[in-house]
Amino acid sequence: MMLLRHAARVAWKDLRIELRSREILYTMAFFGALLVVVFSFAFPQDARAVRGSVPGMLWVSIAFTGTIGLGRAFDRERENDTMRALLLAPVPRLAVFLGKAFATTLLVLSVAAVCAPLLALFLSAPLFRFPGPIILIVVLGAIGIAVIGSVFAATLLKVRSRDVLLPVILYPLLIPLFVAGTKCTASLVAEIPNFDAAWYWIEFLGIYDATFLVLSIWIFESLVIE
Amino acid sequence: MTKLAVPVFAVLAAIGLAVSCYLVFFVAPLEYSFNEANKLNGSSLFFNQKIYYFHVAHAFWLFTAVGVAGTASIGFLVKRDPRWDDVASASVDVAVAFGAVVLLTGSIWAKAAWDVWWQWEPRLTMSLLLWLILVGYVLVRRFAGPSADRVAAGMAIFGMVGVPFIYKMVGQDSHPAAGANGVVATMQSGMRLPFWISVASFLCWYLALVFSRLQSTRAEREVRELRERGLDLGVLS
Repeated sequence: MMLLRHAARVAWKDLRIELRSREILYTMAFFGALLVVVFSFAFPQDARAVRGSVPGMLWVSIAFTGTIGLGRAFDRERENDTMRALLLAPVPRLAVFLGKAFATTLLVLSVAAVCAPLLALFLSAPLFRFPGPIILIVVLGAIGIAVIGSVFAATLLKVRSRDVLLPVILYPLLIPLFVAGTKCTASLVAEIPNFDAAWYWIEFLGIYDATFLVLSIWIFESLVIE
Repeated sequence: MTKLAVPVFAVLAAIGLAVSCYLVFFVAPLEYSFNEANKLNGSSLFFNQKIYYFHVAHAFWLFTAVGVAGTASIGFLVKRDPRWDDVASASVDVAVAFGAVVLLTGSIWAKAAWDVWWQWEPRLTMSLLLWLILVGYVLVRRFAGPSADRVAAGMAIFGMVGVPFIYKMVGQDSHPAAGANGVVATMQSGMRLPFWISVASFLCWYLALVFSRLQSTRAEREVRELRERGLDLGVLS
């Protein structure tokens, strides 16, 4: 319980900084909106094509904004050299990791909350016909991106070319997540929705998240030793 | 010992390759279709099937190399001994080369058997994504500077754990089967000897490459450490 309270502290610290400056939130959300606009020009707009392409658009924008937000959230710790202070804090490193991952999850989710309605609006895509499963899969996706992303963004802090390397590391590892998200969304926006398939991918992503959460908890400490 | 290992394994690999080429092209029977039960457009295979001896042998050692790299990375994170890291790095370097051969030979075979260069089915997707992770690993090694070893070790472990998810993620499997009832286990008798000689000679080739890579990564690390020590002492600037 103590651990969770410490983690909540770390997360609240991150969120409070963000709520005061709103830097990441505004820039990420704006970038996400721009992506949606670019997508609506780049892909055909008739109703049937939209059903096919909107899952991909949603998850590509989550992937892009997610990595940008991750990089920025950890850059903040580097600029003021506060990562060392955070690691020196008399709490388990695990709490630091969980707090960071939780704050990042909320950031990714808030951007998805901007992108998804915009996609639905601009392309008149039936994204919110079944809001429950869509929200569930996006939440699971955000958790996965935040967990794996936090591990590698934290280890890359001292690296000069981290902006390029973060996606180079993350995307191959996250491909199962993106595929699960896209397939689940696709089976929900299809003309005849396939709930079995959607549920299969939700389960798949749940297991994926759980596996990598355990692995990250186990590995985080040995990766970020200063 | 490692000094002797490279020439010994290289010579063994060269002999093995020559012998297996002779056996594969002159002794092994021509295959008309892989499996009578589910013919893979058997008629168009014929001579193209020969690539199987090299494709499967490379795939064997590709996955072995990835296993070695992942295990060595765990060893490195637990023991903090850079020698483990050298092994992981050398093994991944060789795995990238073997992976490229697997993908290329696989494509050529697929063109003959399925009439497409590429198909998104589990084993192909798995090999490709695994190969992308390996290339990412090499890039991290090269450009991540001083903390590259830890980042790369994390990547190798995450990549190894992710492989089953990638495999589960893509639907139907039209690749010739592996395992107890697979192609390798049910080969015709005339194909067995060439196949295993080919596998063994590519094992020697893999070992020769890993050991030579190991020597150079170790030397690179030692030079780096010496330089850092020199900088700390103020001898170098």
